[in-house]
This record gives sequence, structure tokens and C-alpha cells, in this order.
Amino acid sequence: MMTTATGPVEGYVKVAPTVTREGDTATIDGHGVYYRQLNEAVRGAFADGAKTVKLGNINGQRYIGNGITGKDLRIEIQGVPGGDMAMFMNGPTIVTDGSAQDGVANTMNAGTIYINGDAGDVLGYGMRGGRVFVRGDVGYRVGIHMKAFENLIPIICCGGNARAFFGEYMAGGVLVLLGRNVQFADQPLVGPFCGSGMHGGVIYLRGEVNPQDVGKECGIFTADEQDIKVLRPIVEEWCAAFGDDFEDVLSQPFTKLVPVSHRPYGKLYAPM
Amino acid sequence: MLTSFIQPEFKVEIDRDKCIKCGRCVQQCGWGVYSFAERPIPDDSKCRACHRCVTYCPAHCITIKRNELVFRDSENWSPALRKAVWRQSESGGVMLTSMGNDKPYQRIFDYLVLDACQVTNPSIDPLREPMELKTFIGRKPDSVEVESDGEGGYRLAPGAGMENNIELATPIMFGGMSYGSVSLNVHKSLAMAASRLGITMNTGEGGLHADLYPYTDNVIVQCASGRFGVDADYLNRGVAIEIKVGQGAKPGIGGHLPGEKINKEVSTTRMIPQGTDAISPAPHHDIYSIEDLRQLIYSLKEASGYKPVGVKIACVHNVAAIASGVVRAGADYVYLDGFKGGTGAAPQIIRDHVGIPIEIAIAVVDQRLRDEGIRNQASIIAAGSIRSSADMAKAIALGADAVAIGSAALIALGCHVCQSCHTGCCSWGITTQKPELTRRLDPEWGAERLTNLVHAWSHELQEILGALGVNAVESLRGSRERLRAIGLDASTCEILGVKPAGM
Ligand code: SF4
Ligand code: SF4
Repeated sequence: MMTTATGPVEGYVKVAPTVTREGDTATIDGHGVYYRQLNEAVRGAFADGAKTVKLGNINGQRYIGNGITGKDLRIEIQGVPGGDMAMFMNGPTIVTDGSAQDGVANTMNAGTIYINGDAGDVLGYGMRGGRVFVRGDVGYRVGIHMKAFENLIPIICCGGNARAFFGEYMAGGVLVLLGRNVQFADQPLVGPFCGSGMHGGVIYLRGEVNPQDVGKECGIFTADEQDIKVLRPIVEEWCAAFGDDFEDVLSQPFTKLVPVSHRPYGKLYAPM
Repeated sequence: MLTSFIQPEFKVEIDRDKCIKCGRCVQQCGWGVYSFAERPIPDDSKCRACHRCVTYCPAHCITIKRNELVFRDSENWSPALRKAVWRQSESGGVMLTSMGNDKPYQRIFDYLVLDACQVTNPSIDPLREPMELKTFIGRKPDSVEVESDGEGGYRLAPGAGMENNIELATPIMFGGMSYGSVSLNVHKSLAMAASRLGITMNTGEGGLHADLYPYTDNVIVQCASGRFGVDADYLNRGVAIEIKVGQGAKPGIGGHLPGEKINKEVSTTRMIPQGTDAISPAPHHDIYSIEDLRQLIYSLKEASGYKPVGVKIACVHNVAAIASGVVRAGADYVYLDGFKGGTGAAPQIIRDHVGIPIEIAIAVVDQRLRDEGIRNQASIIAAGSIRSSADMAKAIALGADAVAIGSAALIALGCHVCQSCHTGCCSWGITTQKPELTRRLDPEWGAERLTNLVHAWSHELQEILGALGVNAVESLRGSRERLRAIGLDASTCEILGVKPAGM
């Protein structure tokens, strides 16, 4: 096992990190390693046949898992990954032991991400498939412009509160907000402009939402039995990942937001 | 009540003596102008003056005329403005249009003239002497190392820092036009021509159709705010990736492909469901700063094995400062799109009133990057109404590395600039997805016309270079001393860095 480094990181160094290999698992110490060399090492380990890459001492390095393809691949992160983690990712599973920065799962195609903490802004921007589970709070514009295509239906389930523009421009997929592991109890479940510009997909919020905070393109409903069928496996997986009580989470009614039109701007233009 | 005050813009006249009543006009018109009852009967109000019927009438008996209705003169209330008010008071809608700005702003290129050699310095005949047009797009090293090639010559030393450049046989690229806004046959024509010419076509923001895979050595893939069709595979296929921040025809405005244009093939290529609107938000929501732009540039590089990444911006007031930021963010080229650039659909009010001319933008960006000592870090691509090889030569003399053409390419394919692309009914089969219309454009025929056009412009550029007495386009680049202005005001000359003729 690697030792945990202490003290501040004094700049990243552009040298290849040490990689140790044990069976299917490669372990990389990311302490002070520049993102480019770190990610090269991750890709290299997978190219060498590793199935799991364990990253230690991660401290803000960007693009971990970026563009990596392969269903049975797994990245375990100790520390806090930097921006655009799992951007364009196509299949692997990523687990962090703490929080993640902005842009997680940006334009992601497939794969699963478990974040054992909070996550920053624009999580799941333009995400087309795969699943993201966050234990706690998320930042601004989460799930913005999420899409769905054929059998690809992206799912994001956030355990805490979300800031403004949750699900903005959403075009497909399922976005769930549970309000369980919140850091700031005085924050509302969801910030203003939730679902504004939404023209596809569905948002489920555990509890009630102030209609003023919801985009004018959304219809507001109480989740019914059909919805619970959609929610059940998602919440189940979230509870299993973060050790929460499934029945308790589902005991409270959910609010459902869906777009009133797939063509929000169909009547905007003068015939010419 | 009368439903509309607006009278037809054009008059469709058929010479009845010559008409053979074949009905071809009925079949050719994409907008349903003609009905047929023993003879063709045109409905003037639907005509867009695209000339499809005129071109295909075997009897040459159709004429399209302007409907010369006289309005009481008012320099202030032009007939166009009166009609716009009527149209909007009828519908309450935003007026949508297409192609580029058609207002009579000064076209600066037309007020610039090129130099030539006389007496004291010889001009060069490009037909007999080599004339290099090859252009490299991308970051250039701060200094160059050469080594002996063992045959008495020199070559770039390996690792000289030129590896990540896109090589163009001539300083012309096809600008980004998405599949969805244009037809697949247009994309195929562009891709085939680009690969024959050794230049690049650009997917625009609608993804890359599998039929284009054989040509991807000559394809730049675009990543816009809607992220349509963007995945790791897509990013790895092109020779370069372009982040589209803005478009000259609609700076600050997102894209919006109406659901009617999203058929099965477009939906597969864009990876979105059929029939829903494809909305590109105005900004990329992961870019709120130059630092964020840098994050995206390097994310795209990480995902693509460090391919060149360019950034396309619309030319707006602060374009020099913005371009400087773009270059510092790590872009390998900055694509400047002037306010006369084309579009498949834009609100008319934006198309005609937002942005600045490309000529000014090239000059101020080139100067700014030179002043800051970072001009070598990125190439400048100029677009937004490059209409001829003369425009191209002047753009290069002002400081561009290459030009990109969109409208000119479509005109080569039959576009008559009727400014109706947004209707999706293009009779020429260009900006439509209707199968009965798109099949009118044969990609092989299209590729040949585009190849001819680019060859012709390249030859003309060689003639210009020869007259200037230089033997490589490199020598014209940023050489504003070889330009003079006629009839431009002093401050415009100063901004352009061009002297008035006679000085
Ligand atoms: S195409 Fe020409 S000749 Fe044929 S019906 Fe129309 S107007 Fe007459
Ligand atoms: S592409 Fe077609 S619709 Fe658009 S301006 Fe040209 S001819 Fe008209």
C-alpha cells in the first residue's frame, strides 16, 4: 500500500509517476505528479492489461479517466480529482473516496461514477449515457443539457442539495436530488432556475420545490407509482453505495419536473 | 380580415408562347410556388428567387423579376423596414433569416488594393517558376532547429515543434457547416474535395456521419456547446478539433436546429432523438473564463492524443483581447469569423447588426499577438465572407495564415444566396433534409466543382504572388506594406495598418 503524503504539494512535477502492479491492479502514487504524466500512466496501465487502477494522493489533477473506453475497467481515487474527470469517458467505473471538482462526467458516453463526497459545478454537462452517484451536495448547472439517445439514458443521482440551474436545457435522461447528506442545512434543496430551458428527460426532487425556482418550460407533478418504478433502482444503488436506508429515502414524496414541450422554441419565429 | 399586408417580393413570369407545359418547374421548386392546371400557375408570394426553375426550364421561358411596387419615398422608412413591422405585428415572432449580413456596410476588402513589381524588382511567372502555397496551421516553435539531410540540404530536426501542425496544400479551408443544417451530400462533397485538394473540411457542430470516415485525414471535427455527436471516437477521427465559441453571423447567439430537420440519419449522427429541437446553448457552460477555455482545450487534447485544438470566435469589439486570451489558453489556431459570415439560420436582427468586419479583426488580432510576442503560438484563420481569391490575398496580407470559406463553397454547389436556408426547403438540395431535394446534389459532381473552385483561387493567388515578386505565400503573410487603401478614412487605415494609396 502506498503511504499518504502529508504537507502541501509544492507544484506538480512533469515526471512519470511510479506504477506498481499486482495481478490485475496497478497502483499509482499521484503525489505532486503533473496531470499529463499521471493520465499517461493511467492509460498506460490499462494498455498493459490492468483492470483496476488505484490512484493515491490525488490533489486536483485534471482529466482523470478522460476519454477512456472499456466496460470492465475501474479507477479508484484517493484524494480530490481536478476538473473534467471522466469527460468523454466510455464505460469504466470511477470511485472517489472524497469530493470531486467541476465538470465531472462532462459529455460522458457510458460508465459509472461514485463520488463519496460533494461535487462541483457543471457535473454531467451534455452527458449522453452512464450513471453518476454523488454522496453529498453538488454545485451550479448540474445535469445541464443532459441528453438521451436510443438505449443511452444518462442518470445522475445527487445525495445533497443543488445550486442554481439544476437540469438547465435538459434534453434527456434522469436527474435525481435527494437532500440527504447536506452540508448547509439553511440552503434550499435546489437553487433557482431549476430545469429552465428543459426540453427532454425528467428531474426528481425528494421533497417540495418552490414553483418560482422552476423554469417556465417545466410541468411540476408529484411522482406517482410509475415514477417510483423508475426511481427505485436508482435510489437503491445510491443507498448501497453510500450506506443509507432505502425505505427511509423513499418514504417521502418526490416532485417530478418534466418539460411541457420537446419544441420549446417552436413558435418563437415569424414566418418568413 | 385581411391576414397580411405583405405583397410578394418577386414576380414569376412565364412566357406562355414558349412554355411547353412539361411541368418541370412544378417538380423543381422546393417552396411549392407552382401548381399545374393545364399549364403552370405560379404563386408569387412563395417565390424566393432561388432560380431553380429558371435553370431547369427546358424552354427558358421563366423570368423572376423584382416586384417593383412603388412606395412613397422615405429614406428613413425603407420598404424593407415597413414590411418587417407588418410581419412582426402579424406574428409576434423573431424574424429568422440565413446566409450572411446583406446590409450595405462598407466592404473593406473592396477598398484595398495590392501592390506589384515594376522595373526595379522582378515579378515572377508562376507558370514557369515554383510558387509555394503550402501552409501549416498550428503552433510554431519559438526557435527552429535544422539538421543536414545528408544530400547537401537541410531539414527540420526531429522534435522541432512542427509535428502538431495541420498541413494544407493551399491556404484555404472549408468552414464549419453542420450536417443537419446542410445535407449529407454537401458534407460528402466537401470531404471528398478536401481530401483531393489536400485541405480540410469542418464538420460543424452536428457530428460526423459514418460515410465521411474514409476522408477523416482531411476533416476537422467541431465541439460546440450542444456537444452533438461529440464522443471520444469522434475526437480521435479528425486531424484537429475546433471549439466553436461563436459564429460571425450570430455572435453571442446559440444554435437551434428545428425538430423538422432532425430525421433518422441526422439524429444518429448528432446522437439525439428524432424530431426534438437540437439546441446549442449560447455559451459553453463549462467555459466562463479563459482558464475554463484552457481546461476544455486540454481536455480535448487529452482525449485525442494531443491533436491540434483550434477555437472559433465571432469578431466582436474586443476581438484582439479575446484572441490573445484564446491563444494564451493554448489554442493552436484562432478562427476569426467576421460579421458577414453565413449561417443556416439566425435572427435577422443579430445577423445584420452584431459584430465587426473580418478585415479589421485580422489586422487587430495579428498586431496584438505580435505586440505580445505570441504570434507564433497560434495560426489565424480568417472567415466571414471571403468571396474571391482577391479577398483571400488581402486577408493574408493583413495577417491571416489561411482563409475559410463556407458561403462560397455552397455557391459553387448551386446556392443562389436566396437567404432561405432556415426554411429547410432549399431547391438546390443544399440546406435541406428532404430526400427528394437532397438527392439533387451528387457528391461526385459537388466535389469536382469545389475542387475546381479551390484550384482556380489557388492559381489566382499564385498570379498575385508572382506579380508581387514573391515565391511563397509565407512572404505575403502579414505584409501590410503590400496593401494600399483607396477611400478608407484615416482611422480605419490606421487600425488596418495600411497606408492610403499614393503613400
Ligand atoms: S418548366 Fe418551363 S416549360 Fe416546363 S412547364 Fe414550367 S415554365 Fe413551362
Ligand atoms: S443554400 Fe439553398 S436555401 Fe440557402 S441561400 Fe442557398 S439556395 Fe437559398
